[in-house]
Amino acid sequence: MIGWLRLFFVGGLIAFRALFNWISPALYIPTMLLGPIFQILLFAYMGRYSGLEDDTFFVVGNAVQISCMSAIYAGTMTIANERSYQTLAPLLASPANRFALFMGRSLPVLVNGLVVSAWGFCIGWWLLDFDPPASSLPALAFVVAVSVSAATAFGLTLGSIGMRARDVFLISNLAYYLFWVFCGVNVPLDELPGWAQQIGRMLPLTHGIEAARAVVAGGSLSDVSTLVRTEALVGLSYAALAYALFRFFERQGRRSAALETY
Amino acid sequence: MNVVRLVWTGWLFHIKTLSLSGFFVLTAVFMPVVVATVAFYMFEAGGRPGTLFWAALGAAVYGIWSSTLFGSGGAIQWQRWQGTLEILVAAPAPFFLVVLPLTLATSTIGIYSLCATLLWGRIAFGIPFTLAHPLEFAVAVPVTILGLGLLGMVFAATFVLYRHANALSNMLEWPVLLVTGLLVPLSLLPGWVLPISWAFAPTWGMRALRDAALGGNPWPEIAITLLLGAVYVGIAAAFLRYFERAARKHATLSLT
Repeated sequence: MIGWLRLFFVGGLIAFRALFNWISPALYIPTMLLGPIFQILLFAYMGRYSGLEDDTFFVVGNAVQISCMSAIYAGTMTIANERSYQTLAPLLASPANRFALFMGRSLPVLVNGLVVSAWGFCIGWWLLDFDPPASSLPALAFVVAVSVSAATAFGLTLGSIGMRARDVFLISNLAYYLFWVFCGVNVPLDELPGWAQQIGRMLPLTHGIEAARAVVAGGSLSDVSTLVRTEALVGLSYAALAYALFRFFERQGRRSAALETY
Repeated sequence: MNVVRLVWTGWLFHIKTLSLSGFFVLTAVFMPVVVATVAFYMFEAGGRPGTLFWAALGAAVYGIWSSTLFGSGGAIQWQRWQGTLEILVAAPAPFFLVVLPLTLATSTIGIYSLCATLLWGRIAFGIPFTLAHPLEFAVAVPVTILGLGLLGMVFAATFVLYRHANALSNMLEWPVLLVTGLLVPLSLLPGWVLPISWAFAPTWGMRALRDAALGGNPWPEIAITLLLGAVYVGIAAAFLRYFERAARKHATLSLT
């Protein structure tokens, strides 16, 4: 059990530090902290100009969505970079517990996503007209944690695909930007066509963002429990899919001796 | 004559190379279309459907800017990764004339963005593509591309010393989009943003395109875009000479 926990926590952290390319301050600060400030400002000002919603709507949507910078890119890198750096074969040749090995990578990604998201909320509070009641903060933190977990599971799914796909970062980029359209980040979901709403409901963040907005508007956690449960269910589904794909591509790669080929 | 040949050959070479990159072309086409889609829905749902063509033009120029910035960030970094940076610096041709065609090519690839965004607006949102002054629009497009390409050259020059140029270029995408009024009128932003916006070619290129498309006199903006382009050439040449020398002196040219 100690070995399992060590692999989960220590192994996950080492993998994160080794494989997440953007961890050095020179990359982390401009990419994960400075860039999102302007994303939030841009959409908040677009919102003011269009008259669609107030600043709070855009701050909540974008502050939750920027956690995908970590969830998608770090999630992808911590799995797919094993293949890029040609360490996948030695890793899979080891007898390490696969579940601990795989899921351990999600924890640092999740924590990082929460940091980025919290930063987005602080920026919104500091620079825009976003001032949630203090009593809503614990519920907001919980909703954001569930949303970021779901997004992390989605990122790990992309990472698993990266064990086989030639250019997973192209897929990651596409996924990151599609979240803007389908997840109600900047446009209320009911303004989208029916098919787009359906896609949005199958993605992480959609229910979480809706719940976060309701909480900031004064709703309690019990008011949004259905949304939070649905978000958690979406996340669990992606986590299961991610792990299944990981094992599938591992077996397929070993059988065809194509673990690290492109 | 040699200068023209070098720039022309380099531009053509990079256009061909970049057009073969699925990642680059897809990014150039896909990202502005996504931004345009979000903008269209926001303006439509917010009760400003009359601004859709205005937003389409803004998203299109954003596409050119995004492509330019991605290319400028990569201009030095890609050469580093491929191990060709030292060879290019050591070549007898001025390094400025080696990098210039690449940044111009990346902004030219932005034509994909322009076409994709306007086409997407027409097909998916029924935005009419009616130009008030077609001739002026035809002039404003290449001038804007040139202005953005030369601004990209300034960024590329400063990236010589920076090991993580791509991260910096990723970061610069949104601020410039915001302060140049591509999707938000500058009058909405704090007053101190205005003088900053004047220093960027996208501000004037965007105004020229909108005046040409929606009605107005785009010639002053076209002239300012060209003038700024000339200033960028001077700045980029000076930066590049200084940073190239510094990188050679400290042996950091090939650092990755």
